Amino acid sequence: MKIIVNGVESEVKSTALSEILDELGYGDAKVATAVNERFVAAASRPQLRLVSGDRLEVVTPRQGG
Amino acid sequence: MLRFYGTEIGSRLMLGTAQYPSPRVLADAFRRSGAGIATVSVRRESGGERAGTAFWDLVRELGVRVLPNTAGCHSVKEAVTTAHMARELFETPWIKLEVIGHTDTLQPDPFGLVEAARILCEDGFQVFPYTTEDVVLADRLLAAGCEVLMPWGAPIGTGLGLTNVYGLRTLRAQFPDVPLVVDAGLGLPSQAARAMEMGYDAVLLNTAVAKAGDPAAMAEAFAKAVEAGRLAYESDPMEPRDMAAPSTPVIGKAFLE
Repeated sequence: MKIIVNGVESEVKSTALSEILDELGYGDAKVATAVNERFVAAASRPQLRLVSGDRLEVVTPRQGG
Repeated sequence: MLRFYGTEIGSRLMLGTAQYPSPRVLADAFRRSGAGIATVSVRRESGGERAGTAFWDLVRELGVRVLPNTAGCHSVKEAVTTAHMARELFETPWIKLEVIGHTDTLQPDPFGLVEAARILCEDGFQVFPYTTEDVVLADRLLAAGCEVLMPWGAPIGTGLGLTNVYGLRTLRAQFPDVPLVVDAGLGLPSQAARAMEMGYDAVLLNTAVAKAGDPAAMAEAFAKAVEAGRLAYESDPMEPRDMAAPSTPVIGKAFLE
């Protein structure tokens, strides 16, 4: 299915958020997620199923002022 | 001892982590600044990139507390979601809350700021709002649950210093028991010293150090200015006066005419 990952359309086979992250190469990276502008805690990722057109945001620690 | 939400704060200089020429320069600047709190952010990353992990490793080596921000957020929803992602990533309830209301000045949106602060405080966050020197807004933020306020000195990244000394002085006088941090707009150590002399509890800056020709040296200069300014405040400075007053005793001067 097609979902939007960090603003870019992406094709994924999985539906569970945790599996989608693995499929996209995040693996054990330190990331936080939001789906359709709502925060999704790490513990909730295995249960959350995405559908076509969902918007996924994946962020990591970065420099800030 | 200065405390933010019950946590004792050793250094009154807080430093940002952005815009340094290299990670090594960032680390050198932090070491020479003595800063105990570093501001950080969250940003998008593609799979396999791992830049975030590398940055996180660097921050942990610095041995400082992190204060994640919601920089760049223009709506309450955006700021609240970003705060939640930051809390999970950095494992801290601290959040530097930015809700920007104007693109050119990066001035906080006072209405969105109060609403976001209320939502986050109710959710257990310890909010450090990036605000203006407006005393009414300050009152609303405190009512929303904030225990620290961070008024701007000048717009972010300008280096203009304390553009509204009257407003900052009024804010300090109105809220003598609230930890107040001048955040943003500082360009020179003398400006930081002035904020501290006025009784501000700490200063937070980034660009002035990161964009200096020698960031590490500038970090040390700010650290000395902050220490000097605080010591001056604690020393109960003299009141200025308009007319001259001789410091050398007049009595006993020889008559030589």
